[in-house]
Amino acid sequence: MTVPAGAGTPVAAPAPSQIELERRLYRRQRGRRSIVVSVASTVVVIAVVYFGVVNTPGWAAVQQSFFDPQTAIDSFPSILLGLWLNVRILFFSAIGVAVFGTLLAVVRGLRNPVFFPLRMLATGYTDLFRGLPLIIVLYLVGYGIPGLGVFPRLPAEVWGTIAIVLTYSSYIAEVLRAGMEAVHPSQRLAARSLGLSHAKTLRLVVLPQAIRKVTPALMNDFVSMQKDVGLVSILGAVDAVRSAQIAQAETYNFTPYFVAGLLFVVISLPLIRVTDAIARRQQRREQIGGTV
Amino acid sequence: MSGQEARITPDASAAVLELRGLRKAFGEHQVLRGIDLTVHRHEVICVIGASGSGKSTLLKTVNLLEGIDDGEILLQGTDIADPRIDVDATRARIGVVFQQFNLFPHMSVLDNVTLASRQVHGVGRASAEENARRLLGRIGLADFAGAYPDRLSGGQQQRVAIVRAIASDPELLLLDEVTSALDPQLVGEVLDLVTELKRQGSTILMTTHEMHFARNVADRIVFLHQGEVVEQGAPADVLDAPSHPALVEFLSRVHA
Repeated sequence: MTVPAGAGTPVAAPAPSQIELERRLYRRQRGRRSIVVSVASTVVVIAVVYFGVVNTPGWAAVQQSFFDPQTAIDSFPSILLGLWLNVRILFFSAIGVAVFGTLLAVVRGLRNPVFFPLRMLATGYTDLFRGLPLIIVLYLVGYGIPGLGVFPRLPAEVWGTIAIVLTYSSYIAEVLRAGMEAVHPSQRLAARSLGLSHAKTLRLVVLPQAIRKVTPALMNDFVSMQKDVGLVSILGAVDAVRSAQIAQAETYNFTPYFVAGLLFVVISLPLIRVTDAIARRQQRREQIGGTV
Repeated sequence: MSGQEARITPDASAAVLELRGLRKAFGEHQVLRGIDLTVHRHEVICVIGASGSGKSTLLKTVNLLEGIDDGEILLQGTDIADPRIDVDATRARIGVVFQQFNLFPHMSVLDNVTLASRQVHGVGRASAEENARRLLGRIGLADFAGAYPDRLSGGQQQRVAIVRAIASDPELLLLDEVTSALDPQLVGEVLDLVTELKRQGSTILMTTHEMHFARNVADRIVFLHQGEVVEQGAPADVLDAPSHPALVEFLSRVHA
């Protein structure tokens, strides 16, 4: 019968030769030296930057107005409460972007001439919203649409969420489209040959593979969105940034902004690490047999 | 896949597929110039010919993966080249295996094999998987049901691809150079499976470069030259007593 691939009885490797042992010793020494050098250079750079900043003429004033511990502690609870709003906006934005972005990508990928107008519409949309600064979209949606007077009064964060979804969907759509185009045509062929419809081929065969191919790029856009939700503050939503602004106005001290910034970094860190890990894993898989 | 008979012979009274005056051009290039060909039930036909002779295009047109410019493709008597036909339902009646396997890399072997049953034929997951496990067991790959295609050798992948194509009992099986992408030592296991399918009565239209296999397994060999069937018949007649000069030259090159 057939032998499964990769099957082979494990054999104990022979003891390394003298030459190999010497190589290993040399590599170990080199490795140790590299670590010492990198640690030393890091310490030097940090020291130079630290003393450089601390010894500037205005440092005492800057430290007082940006890094004041007492102001940080006092403003922390309200900023944290504001951050909860950011997290909620992020949650709904992510869902909205996933749905709308996928829809845009699929429409842009339609090949049937019947869909030409729809495709042009989607293309125009992504062109427009990728070029438009988010802050302007926020103003247009947040002040413009309620100004029409046809919608009921909605809180600022709702309009902010809509603006973020509109903008980020156009980025995500482009990323997904690139992923869909990277799926080899033979995969579509195989799916269609089984009798799967165009829609099922897209949903079951093309999209899952496309998303895998562009996961690092998608995660990167998500991290970017995570901090851009802070911009809803310009519409008056009391999020972390707005809370910091209020605290700043009360104390004439900028430390609350520093606190808010730090919190944004903290919530994005886990995802950044995950993104890095996924990208590394993919790189490893695609570079089998080479390290250069 | 049923059939207990010791040997199932082609049923000349039942045409599964009938091609009439099939034409296909890519731009100026005439790839198929009026193909007439009938595939009977339980018949295995090997299409041979040089690369560029139109073999692969022929199989693609039969599965409607490539449109035609003229002619008829009758599947069980119905013209499937008719634009009013349900393309997906028609493709579901025909199994196709490609040169490059084209398994879905993001699905386990089991999901690959059951996909069409579940999504096209409306079979429940449990019974689709039971059927798939039975088929995988028959080709000695039961242990790989949960594995992903990249864990399999080329020969194993191609055998899974064949099982995927036959899982829903297609009326016709199209095999497009299924061993051309395999290392020589893996070709045998795939051809053995095709031989087994013939023994069980599958109707197969295939292109191949394996002349030994064609000689031993095919009921009929069809030689395609510049988009035309220039010679066809029993393997011994076609391979041992070729009359068309193009066939003589082709055979001298592949030393059958």
